[in-house]
Amino acid sequence: MIKSIIQYIKEVFGGLRSLLKGMRVTGHYISHPKEIITQQYPENKDTLKMFDRFRGEVILLHDENNEHRCTGCTACEVACPNGSIEIISERVLNPETGKKKKEIDKFIYHLSMCTMCNLCIESCPTDAIKMGRNFEHAVFDRSLLTTVLNRPGSKLAPGVED
Amino acid sequence: MKFDIYDFSVLTKSIHESLNSMMGETAVMISEMVIVGIIFLTLFAVLGLILVYVERKICAFFQQRLGPMRVGFWGTAQTLADLIKLLLKEPLITKNADKFLFNLAPFVLIIASFMAMAAIPFAKGLHAFDIDIGVFYITAISSIGVVGVLLAGWASNNKYSLIGAMRSGAQIISYELSVGLSLLTIIVLTGSLQFSEIIESQREGWWIFRGHIPAIIAFIIFLIASTAETNRGPFDLAEAESELTAGYHTEYSGMKFAFFFLAEFINMFIVAAIGATVFLGGWMPLHFGSLESFNAIMDFIPPLFWFFGKTAFIIFLMMWFKWTFPRLRIDQLLTLEWKYLLPINLVNILVMSFFVLMGWYF
Amino acid sequence: MSSDVMNKTKTQDYFINMGPQHPSTHGVLRLVLSLDGEVIKSVEPHLGYIHRSIEKMCEKDTYKMIVHLTDRMDYLSCHMNNEAVCLTVEKALELEVSDRVKVIRTLFSELNRLSSHQLWWGVMGMDLGAITSFLYGFRDREMITDIFEETCGARLTMNYNVPGGVMFDIHPNFQKRVKEFIIYFKKKLPEYDDLLSNNVIFKARTEGVGILSKEDAISYGVTGPSGRASGFSCDIRKQHPYSAYDRVDFKEILYSEGDCFARYKARIDEMWESMFIIEQLIDNIPEGSARETTRAVIKLPKGEFYQKVETARGEFGVYIISDGKKSPYRLKFRSPGFSTLNALNTMAKGSKIADLVAIMSTIDLVIPDIDR
Repeated sequence: MIKSIIQYIKEVFGGLRSLLKGMRVTGHYISHPKEIITQQYPENKDTLKMFDRFRGEVILLHDENNEHRCTGCTACEVACPNGSIEIISERVLNPETGKKKKEIDKFIYHLSMCTMCNLCIESCPTDAIKMGRNFEHAVFDRSLLTTVLNRPGSKLAPGVED
Repeated sequence: MKFDIYDFSVLTKSIHESLNSMMGETAVMISEMVIVGIIFLTLFAVLGLILVYVERKICAFFQQRLGPMRVGFWGTAQTLADLIKLLLKEPLITKNADKFLFNLAPFVLIIASFMAMAAIPFAKGLHAFDIDIGVFYITAISSIGVVGVLLAGWASNNKYSLIGAMRSGAQIISYELSVGLSLLTIIVLTGSLQFSEIIESQREGWWIFRGHIPAIIAFIIFLIASTAETNRGPFDLAEAESELTAGYHTEYSGMKFAFFFLAEFINMFIVAAIGATVFLGGWMPLHFGSLESFNAIMDFIPPLFWFFGKTAFIIFLMMWFKWTFPRLRIDQLLTLEWKYLLPINLVNILVMSFFVLMGWYF
Repeated sequence: MSSDVMNKTKTQDYFINMGPQHPSTHGVLRLVLSLDGEVIKSVEPHLGYIHRSIEKMCEKDTYKMIVHLTDRMDYLSCHMNNEAVCLTVEKALELEVSDRVKVIRTLFSELNRLSSHQLWWGVMGMDLGAITSFLYGFRDREMITDIFEETCGARLTMNYNVPGGVMFDIHPNFQKRVKEFIIYFKKKLPEYDDLLSNNVIFKARTEGVGILSKEDAISYGVTGPSGRASGFSCDIRKQHPYSAYDRVDFKEILYSEGDCFARYKARIDEMWESMFIIEQLIDNIPEGSARETTRAVIKLPKGEFYQKVETARGEFGVYIISDGKKSPYRLKFRSPGFSTLNALNTMAKGSKIADLVAIMSTIDLVIPDIDR
């Protein structure tokens, strides 16, 4: 009888003590508002910097002379698991050597289907494409998500074939 | 109109005299009732808005985040925007629901809260209904709220709402006992049920300090029982989102849902105000019996701020409970009341009565 | 007269649908409960709401492409899923990877296990009503996803393992960040105990609830922390070690009660063990190549190959039947959630609805893993 009363009192005090310990944890956080880790997103865009290797979207590198390094070899199109890349190439007559050569006309990229798996980047033999760091892809019109990556008027940089 | 921040009876007397000089006897009475009614309505609405905003901000700070920040300066207009959204919603009534009872239920709840709020002493002289059975009146009125809950569950014609309402009803009725008994522990010390006398008797010091151990135990029990009675905190099984039923207010939308929501926050305010009055001294500043200069400094702060400060402290404690603990299951809830809180309460009253008889209190 | 009435009245079971959209079923799972008052008589899960035919898609993809599909099955242990496919392909090709690759793979797997358990802990608290724990779990998980983002480029679907190694070498900041994280998390994990494990309300809701006996665990095939909490010793990292697990020293966590609280404690103890493994390996990453060269298009020899790994939820197995071409003839995944879901009926019979929520959060299901 006495034992059950002592057991009862122990239960009550033990329970209260565990509750107070839990309250101490949350009480610590409300008394230290400096430790808040929320970043207020659209207001901090100026100082927001993503990591170097972040995979946002595929971009075709162009240097200052508006030249790219893509030879149209379609290695990326073959490596892509779900057909997000389509290369349209044409045979162009090279005036110097007189031979017909395959040259890229359009590099079509379906952002709506891309899973950002990085397989195309690592299969490119000339390092023509890389992953950009832009992550704000939301649009109101779905057709804006299918883009042509090579800029108008750009051509192949010399010396890339080898 | 004379205005003294330390004693509002000066203001009320001057308003009464100016009204008397303008109109006859009955007109004065009716216009005073109308004025008091309007003041309480605005207080109700404003308190509800402020409390919802404070809850969201405090919840955010416990969770290391910021809370509403965009709407208005630091998110202060957020509740207003929510209110406008709720007003614009379509008030649906389910088919085969009992129309009269369905529409009546939120109003019963609001009326109960209003009547309880009338008896709370806000400051010296700012006490709308100073009946001589104050504490008894408040416990009786809060029982009317249960009727509103059960009506809402029954009239929704939805078996899940009915289950939720039954659970809610059982919970509120059980915990009212504990609230009443813990308040009784202090009444033993004061000897009167009237609120103004309870506050007057704490002029030498608050009862929670003067009634040492039994009063502290009574305060803890009061806190636990009152969070359970307002369906808050770790006792909110009846309206929890991750359980099966959304509780008795599933079928309500628009303004009627806003009423249920507001009524919960106002109930929390009322219960905190009662606790602050009975245990912590209401609008009485902190006095220690013999330290004259300390008492003079404490008297400098107006009583209105003391009252709202103490109520805010108890509300903060209740919010702290809610955001820290997991929920109790319904059978564990009822076990807690009938097997733990009630026996401890009864023993506590015995001990307190014994102390009072022997004179072992400050 | 009254017995006459009793014989004539029929009773019908009360069906409730815990529908596909529900905050505590961790995904799109439909449970049909048949109740007797408040007590559950049987639970019947209906699956298939997120079936995306991954195994069929794998039949037309090359082996490098299969890896990125496994990210999306059990998205909380994606490194371990990727590792399973890569290990199977390497076993079939009889390709030996360098020590550096093995250690990197083990490190990433353990970090991934930690982040999966952190999310599980947060969601467990939230299901039972302590919503604050959700935010705390995610706050701690942010540090691990930052580590992943710096090295692999993505936070959730990482696609970092390839057959032959890892896609690129680790970032120079990796070791520093991991060490900072270990110091930080060792201070936070006791807070988890204060907030939930020692709490009297939490214990009252999880002790004695949802008991799974050892025989049932073995016969249903419940592996992972849920199985080990019932006494079934099934840790693949100990029994069939792969990658670098044979050179680290860690304990296998076993409890014998088999109730919700034991499963909870098993996962918390696993978090301590994961940190211990990371501490042993982080300073000793051997030098070497991070990627062995394979042919551009991998073709497996004819035959059947199976490899299993220990994910955060249990035993994940990859079974490939190859007929010499560049895509597998048939590929099957043995997912841990499928077997655990099967045992839900045994665990939940006779308990109340509120207990069902507690049971569902302790067995830690991820529905895309079950539906594939």
